[in-house]
Amino acid sequence: MSYVPDNLKYTASHEWLEDLGNGVYRVGITEFAQSQLGDIVFVELPEVDESYAQEDECGVVESVKTASDIFCPLVGTVTAVNEALEDTPELLNDSPYDDGWIFELELGDDADIESLMSAEDYRESIADED
Amino acid sequence: MKKTILNQAHHQAGAKMVDFGGWEMPINYGSQIDEHHAVRQNVGMFDVSHMTVIDVEGPEATDFLYQLLANDVKKMELNQAMYSTMLNHDGGVIDDLITYKITDQSYRVVVNAATREKDLAWIEKEIVEFDAFMKEQADTAMIAVQGPKAIETLQPLIDLDLSETKRFYAAYNDDMFVGRTGYTGEDGVEIIVPEAAAEDLWNQLIESGVQPCGLGARDTLRLEAGMHLYGQDMDENITPLECGLAWTVRKDNDEFNGAEALAALRENGIEKKLIGLILEGRGILRHDQPLSDDQDHQGVITSGGYSPTTEKAIAMAVVDKDMDKASVQVQIRNKSLPCRVVKLPFVRNGKSLIEE
Repeated sequence: MSYVPDNLKYTASHEWLEDLGNGVYRVGITEFAQSQLGDIVFVELPEVDESYAQEDECGVVESVKTASDIFCPLVGTVTAVNEALEDTPELLNDSPYDDGWIFELELGDDADIESLMSAEDYRESIADED
Repeated sequence: MKKTILNQAHHQAGAKMVDFGGWEMPINYGSQIDEHHAVRQNVGMFDVSHMTVIDVEGPEATDFLYQLLANDVKKMELNQAMYSTMLNHDGGVIDDLITYKITDQSYRVVVNAATREKDLAWIEKEIVEFDAFMKEQADTAMIAVQGPKAIETLQPLIDLDLSETKRFYAAYNDDMFVGRTGYTGEDGVEIIVPEAAAEDLWNQLIESGVQPCGLGARDTLRLEAGMHLYGQDMDENITPLECGLAWTVRKDNDEFNGAEALAALRENGIEKKLIGLILEGRGILRHDQPLSDDQDHQGVITSGGYSPTTEKAIAMAVVDKDMDKASVQVQIRNKSLPCRVVKLPFVRNGKSLIEE
């Protein structure tokens, strides 16, 4: 079973969100997502200060196997990106919830936090494939 | 889904399994990149039992294969292996394959799994004019042991003496057939054994420290070695002359299927060629990405990916023959990125051949 921390929120497209306070969330991909992708060899990060709508494509993760879009989990503006991923994309495999974070998002006013999944719901959604 | 005799062994080794042309096969056993490096630096093994083994025998076996294959079976020595394409009458590639010469009247041919049905149908149709017959060896398993330490690791486990078996030759006894061939650009062997003996051999190889490797590593290894993948780098819509396989086609006669079409193509001018590419900037080259240059020439990546040995994005591509080497650009997600044209292969015997 993939590790799904209780303190995070999740999307159906396998992003996680950590509440940093003041309306800012840190975003990455789940352990399940990285294990499905295999060895990750390239990350295209979102642009800092760029605004995205919920479910906009805002980046790309490429593994040895395939390219997979990163979707912005909620409407908002990117305030920081994890530049370490440019030279060490394997952090997404080794530490998906910590060193492998991808970007930080300041939520827009109409961000629909209720649309996110709890850890329990996310665990259930991947149970068949995990 | 079809399963090889080693299916259970893969699950026990923690393989991630995928559907590969109707076969449940391992894509990796954890890390594809670690498996790739194991083959380049040490020794790894692949279950390739899904591939199809066909024996061709009879007084006219040689004449038959001389017509069936574009390469020259008449130049083969006993126990020698030969890579060839099998062409249709338009010169299109039905499949690529390895032929081993067993005797003057018997050969062993190994063809791709995904093309099994059409290959068998084609061979059955073509063989009727000859005093020869074919037999599929369906109850065999095939294990490829590849890497600089492949031979020294395998030798103590088997009765067959491999010390006199040169690269691209085979040795065999009643229990096994060992071809010193492969699909990785490293030294190594492909072993054909009866299904009943496969799991023991697999387990002994694991105990000897051989890394099980999945289809993922198999693909990056063969791409670095500049080896073609049927269905991507060539198919029935292209001739070997247009996709970098002219070296496998005999030029001195027209006594093989597709020869007339190839002669006509040579006469009218060959318009396409296969090249090697490296992405200069950041990103990954992939199958089907379009290419262009400053002079309106076009092309497409046929195989691309991340190369663990060179740590670069590499690709093989079929392009217009006058493509301007200095201005090749790839389209990736609506961006044009410059590529460098390089000679194939990218890697040989564990070493990158790319000039910095």
